[in-house]
Formats: sequence, structure tokens, C-alpha cells
Amino acid sequence: MTIDVSTARPAVTVEDVRVTFGSSKRGTQIRAVDGVSFNVRRGEIFGVIGESGSGKSTLGRSMVCLLTPSGGKILHDDLDPFTLSRRELNRHRRKYQIVSQDPNAAFDPRMTILQSVMEPLSIAGQGTRAERRAKAFAMLDRVALSPELANRYPHELSGGQKQRANIARALMLDPNVIVCDEVVAALDVSIQADMLNLFARLQEELGLTYVFISHDLRVVSHISDRVAVMYFGKIVEFGPAREVIETPLHPYTSALRSAEPEITALGDDARQRIILQGEIPSAINPPSGCRFHTRCPRAREACSAQEPVQRELLPGRFVACHFAEEMLSEVAQNTVVQPAGASVAAAQTLPT
Amino acid sequence: MNQLAGTISGGQESLLDIQNLTLSLRDQNGWVEVLNNVSFSVKPKEILGVVGESGCGKSMTALSILRLLPPRDARLGGQILFGGQNLVTNSESQMSRIRGRHISMIFQEPMSALDPVFTVGYQIEETLMRHFRISKKEAQERAIAALDSVGIASPRHVATLYPMSLSGGMRQRVMIAMALVCEPQLLIADEPTTALDVTIQAQIMDLLLDLGERTGTAIMFITHNLGLVAQSCHRMVTMYAGQVVESGPVKEVIAEPRHPYTAGLLSSIPDSRRARGTLPSIPGRVPSLRAMPEGCRFGPRCGYAVPPCQAPQAIELSGHREVRCHRWDSLELERLGA
Repeated sequence: MTIDVSTARPAVTVEDVRVTFGSSKRGTQIRAVDGVSFNVRRGEIFGVIGESGSGKSTLGRSMVCLLTPSGGKILHDDLDPFTLSRRELNRHRRKYQIVSQDPNAAFDPRMTILQSVMEPLSIAGQGTRAERRAKAFAMLDRVALSPELANRYPHELSGGQKQRANIARALMLDPNVIVCDEVVAALDVSIQADMLNLFARLQEELGLTYVFISHDLRVVSHISDRVAVMYFGKIVEFGPAREVIETPLHPYTSALRSAEPEITALGDDARQRIILQGEIPSAINPPSGCRFHTRCPRAREACSAQEPVQRELLPGRFVACHFAEEMLSEVAQNTVVQPAGASVAAAQTLPT
Repeated sequence: MNQLAGTISGGQESLLDIQNLTLSLRDQNGWVEVLNNVSFSVKPKEILGVVGESGCGKSMTALSILRLLPPRDARLGGQILFGGQNLVTNSESQMSRIRGRHISMIFQEPMSALDPVFTVGYQIEETLMRHFRISKKEAQERAIAALDSVGIASPRHVATLYPMSLSGGMRQRVMIAMALVCEPQLLIADEPTTALDVTIQAQIMDLLLDLGERTGTAIMFITHNLGLVAQSCHRMVTMYAGQVVESGPVKEVIAEPRHPYTAGLLSSIPDSRRARGTLPSIPGRVPSLRAMPEGCRFGPRCGYAVPPCQAPQAIELSGHREVRCHRWDSLELERLGA
């Protein structure tokens, strides 16, 4: 990386952003994103982790102006894109691209890969046809797709190849920021590793800023500098990727971490597995207080009564949990995290 | 039916024994071989993991066992021995007595496996009534008990619901209830948690293993998630391009993979404890069925390939481990945690 990540000014600032769907009058309002704040530094890979329904995709879409927040502010550098006129916004958003999970849905089945990859330039009215073609081939080369594939149709490509073409297209307008929404979720593990390497390489070559959205803790922690863990529309934990994954300070993060099956330390796996009970609650009727209390192994009375305040526990590490300090001291004492009366199942030892 | 159950429960021999299974499928371009000499076995109460990328033949093996492929466009060879019968040559009516009763299956996408126009309870009752001579009332009670056993909170109510009103995790619980309601000897679980969130995945895996243990059902667990295999299986089989390339006890295979493909799958998983940087990946992709390499099928993607690898390689047995690689005893493959 050529830019010092820690001191650069934010590429995207998210300030108390709220996104709601439905109508509050009919009582069917869903607060998909409910007061989220952070900033994405220039040249950084910023990870967003959460289960389905946590609001991570909604957040990603509003960051590239595909959704208008119902409250709060999003700044691109120092500019509020939602104050722009429609025409200006269309020009502006070329620099803020999104790549989505399903490459099958992202391509027009009747257009060749080359046509699809060229299309952003045509819409933007940039260059002559020959220049657009040349640039498309250059981008396909950058994502390591052979030029023979350019004239094929989407159904003739594998999932991994389609996702590469999808990225090539997102790069056509030389964006500053790319939001990657579950870009590797649909791929086999070997292809997924390939794609993660590609993302890392592109970032270095082009000085890009990524927002990397995924439900896969391992993927996000591998690629990201900092991560935000979302639950039910709110950020519950936020900080440097490695620290958050290795010593989670929110019960939800530690549950996510322990739910991820690991393949090392076989047999003598002394890890405590926390299996969360239940599922994400109904969005129309959110739980009172801390929204995680219905599934939280640490939940006590205070949790259903009062919403925890987000605070900085360690430099750069923010947690919203009533018992974050408690978890921190447990981590500090290096004891096994074992909440009282909670359903902590002992590690699944191999029944050989 | 009970004779069948009787013959199975004797001794430590295999519950399911697949020998030299081949499968060819027909499409508009003619016949193409999908499975090539697949052999492995599942012992009673064992949990066997079958791993490999998409297109390696994992699901095709499962569908062959239950004979769920269109008979006119699928040609099976070899033997699938189960309870004294050869499933390859069994008649359709013999198979329908086995499906759901002695061998059952759960799929990745429960929504496509459940019928949207019948209630959940009805669909479980149907399975029971098909295999046991019991009254409707008794079937209802057993269906509700089955829903209860998979951790569904108000089973009496859920039994009256249609699949669309359930979440993905709940649907998968219903599928498991349905698959285990007849207490089969073998459950084939084809990517049962792939479509679920990781916290729900942990719940479902826990449930499957717990129920498997309680009912004594052996599980053939198809997945591309090696972490799940490591956590839950006794033995594993790695498949590549329609062949078994490695098999053995999970602990040993993971600690010391002998086939470069298994080693590649293991090392391409991101790990927070490993240094950030380039992830090892397997270049290329699974070969197309109509363009199989002559020799070792993994050869073109293998970092260890040498000229002799262009000759076909049979699977070799060494102790209780099998490997299909010319060079396995001379290779130093990356070990996990090394």
C-alpha cells in the first residue's frame, strides 16, 4: 500500500445513518439500519460482518447512493452526495461502485461479457468505441480473464469467471470506493481464495478503498483492516480486524467466532463453543433494550430494559454491550470466557 | 422390511458398501461419464464426510445411492450394497421401500424439497403412513413428536403451517424431522447448512449430530466446508472429477493430507491466525466432463505434477487410508499448523 491508512482522511463518512422501509403509520416500519456511524479511511479495506437480516447490505447500498437514508448523513470525502442534483449525482456515483453476490443476476444474459464490461463507459459517454474496447480488454486482463472469454455469453462462464468479469466492470469507471457485497459467498473455497487474492492485488495496484460485506468472519478478517460487526441494524462491535476476531469484546462477536468451524487443533480443541439459541427476531417488532438480549448467553435484567451505549474500550475499539468491561477483564486475565448459567457447550470432541 | 433391518444390524461390517460405482448421464450431446469407479463404505453409526468442489460428483453419488436419477438418461454400473441388496439393480418398488425408511436424504435448499401446498405436519405424516401401518391419528402424534425432537418450540402449531411461513433454519429443522422420523439406518445430508447463517449452521449441525447419536443413524455428510468435516466426522472421502482421490480417518487426513488436492482445499481456507497475505489457492478449475485429462485427473492443476502423472493412477490402499496419487509417498505436503 502506498498510502498510510491510519492518517489519511476518510473516503466515506457514515454519521448516525438510518434506513427504514415500510410505513410507520401502519405499524409495519422496519428499521433496517438504525443509527450507524463510522468512517472508511482512504486506501483501507473496511469489513462489515453480520447475519442475514442484520442490515449490512442495506448499509452498503446506501453508502453508494442506491438507497437514500431516512436519517443521518453520508459523506463522500467532504461532499454529501444526497445534496447533489440528479444529474450531478449520476456523474458523482461513477466513482462509488458496488459488486454484488450473485454474478448471474448481474449480467444481461443477451449481452456478451465484453459488451457488459464496456457498458458503463457507454452510459457515461466516455471515449470512442475503440477506446472503450481497449479499456475493457485491459480490465479483463487485470482481473486475469483471458481475452477469448470476452465474446462469450454469461452462461458460458463459471461462477468464478463471472465474478471476475463483474469486478472488471466495476473498475471500468476508475472508482475510488468499491462496496463488495458477499462477493465470494457463492464460490468454492479454492476459487474464493483466488478471488480474495485478486481483491488484495487490485487494491494495491489501484489504490482502491473497499467496503467488504460478508457473513463469513474468516473472509472478512483475512482481508480487512478494520471491521464493524452488525446485529439488527446496529454496530455492536467495531475495531481493527485482527483484534476484534481474536479477542471479541461483544458476546455476539464471540458467538459468531465460535460458530465458525475450525480445522486446526484437532482432537485437543479446548475452545468453548457458544451455540446461540433462536434466530434474528422479527424486524417489525424489535426487542426492547439491547436487541441481542433475546439470544445472548450473558443477558441479564438490565439488557432488556436499557440499550447499551457504544463506548471506546481500547484505543480504536468500540463496543455496545453492558458487560463489555467484564469481557475485557476476562480477556485480560486470560481466563476462559464462560458466562454464568449460559448454554456453553463444551467443544465437540471427535467421537472416535 | 424388518428382514432388511435385521440383516443390517449384524456385526461391524459396512452398512453401505459402494464398489466401483460408475454413472453416465445423457444430454443432447450423448452419454458422458460422471462417476468413475467410486468405492467407499459407511459403517453403522458412522459419520462420513464427503468433500470436494462443485462438480466433483458428490451429489451425483448421493443421488445414485437413492436412485433418484432419471432412469432413461442415467446408466449405473458397479455395486451399491445395502442390507443385502444391490441398490444398482434393485427394482423401483424395492427402492421406494428403502427411501425415507432405511435411507433418507436432506438437501441444501429445504424450500425446494418441501411441498409448498401441504402443511409441514401433513408431509411428515405422509412419510410415516407410507412406511408403517399406523392410524392417521398416530401418525399425527408421531409427526408432532418429531418436530419437538428437532427443537421446534411449539410443534403442534408448526405442524399446521405451510413451509413458506417458516425461516430457513426452521425449514431445515423440518427436513431433518422428516428425514429421521422413520429412524433410518443411513441419512445422506447434502450440504444441509450451506444456505444458512453461521449461527444457525452451528445449531443445525449440533442437532444433526445429537439426533444421529440418539437414533444410531449413520450420516453421510456431503459438504465443501472442511471445517464442518473436521468438527463432526469420523472418516472423510475427498472426491475430484468423479473419482475418490483420498479417504481415511478425518484426524489423520487433516493433520497429514496425502493427496495434493486435499492439501490444496485445506490451505485455501482463510485463517485469522495465519499471516495476512496471499492465500494459497488451487489454480484452474474442475475439468469438464467431456474433456477429462488422460492421466491423473488433478494433474493439470497440481503443483507437484511430473511427467509420469500423465498415466492413469489407481487408488492405493495403505493401512486404513487410500490415496490416488503417483507421488504420495514422496511428497511433503503442507501440514496444517506447521
